[in-house]
Amino acid sequence: MEKCKQCGQILFAKELDKQVKTCPHCGYHFTLTAQERIQVTLDEGSFEEFDANLVSGDPLHFPDYSARVERSRQATGLADAVVTGAGTIGGFPVVVGVMDSRFIMGSMGSVVGEKLTRAIEQAIERSVPVIIFSVSGGARMQEGIFSLMQMAKISTALARLAQSRLLYISVLTHPTTGGVTASFAMQGDVNISEPGATIGFAGRRIIEQTIRQKLPDEFQTAEFVLEHGMIDQVVHRKDLRALLATLLSLHAKGGEWSGR
Amino acid sequence: MAVELPFEKPLVELRLKIEELKRFTEEKGIDMSEEVATLEAKVKALAEAIYRDLTPWQKVQIARHPERPTTLDYIRGLCDDFIELHGDRSFRDDAAIVGGIGRMEGIPLTLIGTQKGRDTKENIFRNFGMAHPEGYRKALRLMKQAEKFGRPIVTFIDTAGAYPGAAAEERGQGEAIARNLIEMAALTVPIVCVVTGEGGSGGALGLGVGDRLLMLEHAYYSVIAPESAAALLWKDASQGQRAADAMSITAQDLYRFGIVDEILEEPFGGAQRDPAQMIVTVKEAVLRALIELKAVSRYELPALRYEKYRKIGVFTESEAPLLAEGQERANASSNIVTR
Repeated sequence: MEKCKQCGQILFAKELDKQVKTCPHCGYHFTLTAQERIQVTLDEGSFEEFDANLVSGDPLHFPDYSARVERSRQATGLADAVVTGAGTIGGFPVVVGVMDSRFIMGSMGSVVGEKLTRAIEQAIERSVPVIIFSVSGGARMQEGIFSLMQMAKISTALARLAQSRLLYISVLTHPTTGGVTASFAMQGDVNISEPGATIGFAGRRIIEQTIRQKLPDEFQTAEFVLEHGMIDQVVHRKDLRALLATLLSLHAKGGEWSGR
Repeated sequence: MAVELPFEKPLVELRLKIEELKRFTEEKGIDMSEEVATLEAKVKALAEAIYRDLTPWQKVQIARHPERPTTLDYIRGLCDDFIELHGDRSFRDDAAIVGGIGRMEGIPLTLIGTQKGRDTKENIFRNFGMAHPEGYRKALRLMKQAEKFGRPIVTFIDTAGAYPGAAAEERGQGEAIARNLIEMAALTVPIVCVVTGEGGSGGALGLGVGDRLLMLEHAYYSVIAPESAAALLWKDASQGQRAADAMSITAQDLYRFGIVDEILEEPFGGAQRDPAQMIVTVKEAVLRALIELKAVSRYELPALRYEKYRKIGVFTESEAPLLAEGQERANASSNIVTR
C-alpha cells in the first residue's frame, strides 16, 4: 500500500503495478528504479546486462566519497547510477542505458560516463538504436572535472552513433537536470518525457536567487519544456513502451525508403 | 590603481611603508635608503613566497581578477584584422559570447570566447561573461561556418558558468550546451580551447570540446563553482575556500589528470600584472598547437578527438560480477503490466 505523493490517495501495490507505477486518480508518475524500468520497457527475458562490474574510483580523494559510494551500493544493490545492456522492445533490438536516482541522486561520474559510452559503442558494433532513460541531478560533484568531462565523452560517442545513422531516443524522467540535461539527455533524435517530470539545467533555487523572484510551479516541468520546443512529446508511462516500439519499427534496418 | 587581492595585503602594506620612507627622505632630507633597500628585499622575498605556493582558492581569486586580459584582448592580440560577427540568427546577439574571423600569422581563424566586462557598466552589458542559450548557438553558428571554410577554431573560456536565469531555461540552456558538445565532437577542423580565467562547469564545456585544451597557470576549471559546491556540501556558500581546496580545480591538477594538454605560464603574480606578455604566451601556444594539428587530416580529427575524451574517467573493473543478483532481478518476470 502506498500513498500518492501528489493527491494523497491510498493506492494498493497491485493497482499501482497495473498502472506502471502511476496514480490512477491524478496521473502522478512514481519514480522507477532501473530494474523496474527495464522490466516495464523491454521484452520479457530479453535483457542482457553490460559492464555490471564497473565501480567508481575516488580521483579527488573527496571527503566521504568512497564511503558514500559504498553505502549507495549496499542500499541499492547497484554498482553505480546507470544500468546498461541490450534487449528487445516489441521484438526490435535495442541498446539501453537506464539511470537510477537512488544512487547518489542519479549523478553522473566516471562509471556512468564509461558505461553509457561502452553501451553506445556496442550499439554501433551491433548496428542497433540506443535509448537512454535519464534521471539525474547532473554531474557528480565528488568526481570533479572527471564528471564534467563525461558529458563530453558521451557526446563524442553519440556523435559517432549519429555518423552511423543509428537512432537515439532520449527519455527524460523525473528529475533530469544539470550536466545530464546539458549533454546526452537533450541530444536525442527524439526527446521524450513523462508527465510532470522536472527537466532543466540550473537548479530552481539558484535561479530564484539569481532573479530574486519566485518561479511558477510549472517552471521546468516536462510540459514547460515541451511548450518551449526542447522535447518532442510528453507521454504517459502506460503509452511509452508502445511509442518506443513504433519509433523503433519506423527506423528498422532495411526499412529506408529513399536511397542512401 | 591596481586591484589588490586579500592575500596580497602584506605586500601592499610593505609597499606603502617603502613609499612613506621615500617621502620622509625627500621631505626631511634624512637618508633612509638602507631601510628602503631592506624593505624592498623583504617585499621581493615575500612576493616570491606568496606566488610560488598559491593555494587553489588564491588561484580562483587571481582567475577572477578584474584586470586580467579578456577574450577580446586575446583575440585582438592574436590577430591584426579581427572582424566580429554577431547573432545566433534566431533570437538575438548575446554579448556574453563574442566571436568572429581573423588572421594570425597568416592563418585565417574563427575565434570565439566568453567575454567579461572591465567595469560595472560593461559587465552588465556582458552579463558578467555568463552566456544565455543564444550565445552558445551563436558560437555553434560560427563554428559550422569555420568548418565550411576549413578554418581552425580557437575558443577562449573565462566564465563563472552559463547564466542560471529563467529566460535562459525557457530558451533551452541545457539543449544549447548539449548541442555544442555533440557538434564540436564531429567538426572536421582543428579546435584549440584555452581556459584563460574561470572554467565554470557546463558553461565552459559548451565552448570546450576540442583537440587541445590549454590552461593558464592560475586559471581554474571545475564541475561546479566552489561557492556552489560549498552551499551544497555544507549549506554555506562562504566556504568556497574549503571547497576549492577539496575539488582539484587548478591547471596543475588537470594537467596531472591528463585532461589539460599544456599549462601556459603566467607573468609573475598573474596575467593581470603583464597582459601583453600573457597574450604573447597564449599566441605562441595556440600557434604551436595549430601547427601540430595541421598534420592531421580532417577525417582523422574527430577520431583523435574521440580518443582524447574516450580515455577520461577513473573506475575499477572487477573480474567477478558484482551484480549477478541485480541482473537476475532485472530479468525476473515482471509483475508490472504494460503490454
